[in-house]
Amino acid sequence: MSKREISIRKAFSAAFPKTIPVLTGFLALGIAYGILMEKNGYGALWSTLMSAIAFCGSMQYVAITLLTAVFNPMQAFIMSLLVNARHLFYGLSMLPKYKGLGKIRGFLIYTLCDETFSIECSVEPPEGVERKYFYFFISLLDYLYWVLGSFLGGVVGNLIKFNTKGLDFALTALFVVLFLEQWKKKENRISCIIGVVCTTIALLVVGATNFVIPAMVLILFVLTIGRKKLCC
Amino acid sequence: MLLTNTQTLIMILAIAAGTMITRFTPFLLFPEKKEVPKYIVYLGKVLPPAMMGLLVVYCFKGISILKGSHGIPEAIATIVTILLHKWKSNVLVSIAGGTVCYMLLVQLIFK
Repeated sequence: MSKREISIRKAFSAAFPKTIPVLTGFLALGIAYGILMEKNGYGALWSTLMSAIAFCGSMQYVAITLLTAVFNPMQAFIMSLLVNARHLFYGLSMLPKYKGLGKIRGFLIYTLCDETFSIECSVEPPEGVERKYFYFFISLLDYLYWVLGSFLGGVVGNLIKFNTKGLDFALTALFVVLFLEQWKKKENRISCIIGVVCTTIALLVVGATNFVIPAMVLILFVLTIGRKKLCC
Repeated sequence: MLLTNTQTLIMILAIAAGTMITRFTPFLLFPEKKEVPKYIVYLGKVLPPAMMGLLVVYCFKGISILKGSHGIPEAIATIVTILLHKWKSNVLVSIAGGTVCYMLLVQLIFK
């Protein structure tokens, strides 16, 4: 085995366990998505294509209603921008971590979803594991779980007899646990609280349909005016 | 109404374009070779914990205290997840425990 091969294998063994919660959650939600698409007249080919090309979880659910209405790609484009606006903040957070990773970088950005972001911003590659490959495998595996789930949902969704109700709580639990991981560092705690409080305020004021962007604006505002206190 | 194949493909590309603009913009605005402004470096440090806070709240957005199961299964499963994590500090154990607990609650008790 070449040195590079050993390094890649090591990165895979370190990355895979980190993605197991996403495997559970994405298969459950991906299958549910595939079934829903199928019920609306779009078979496995379409759900797989949507997942592979657009790869945007919650927006894909929104898109089902758009696919069953009058053809309006401009509306779909703008909704996608709004629903996915939170990715702007993920990108800003990952600027230093994704620096100097070469060709892989483009793929990492393309597949930067909530779950991959939350893992990669909370977890450091173990000693002796190359950062580039470690991130690559986390991003790739998460991506494949989602695409595979959507495909399975379209093909065999209706054959599943095992009661999967509640399985998607795996993703909520993932976010809760990674939130606790952020909380472990004392210097992060104020930001953790700002995130929870601002989002809760936005949710209570604006309601559950459109609160993410107001929440982001509020978080940005508080972090900006609090800069001197939060950082040296 | 069902769209034609070409229309569906255009819809997928439109949605992908919107998504990818939100993913690539920060990296295009601040390319690797250029020095990143101090304010952005600061945001890069404080945003991750704040966004994890946002994601946690986001997961609970659909809960109504007044209707259905009043968010009780979610609250119990979340507390179980937190306690498991405090106790074992193992990400997989905490998530598996919380998820199994939630599934049992919504399948057997809060139907």
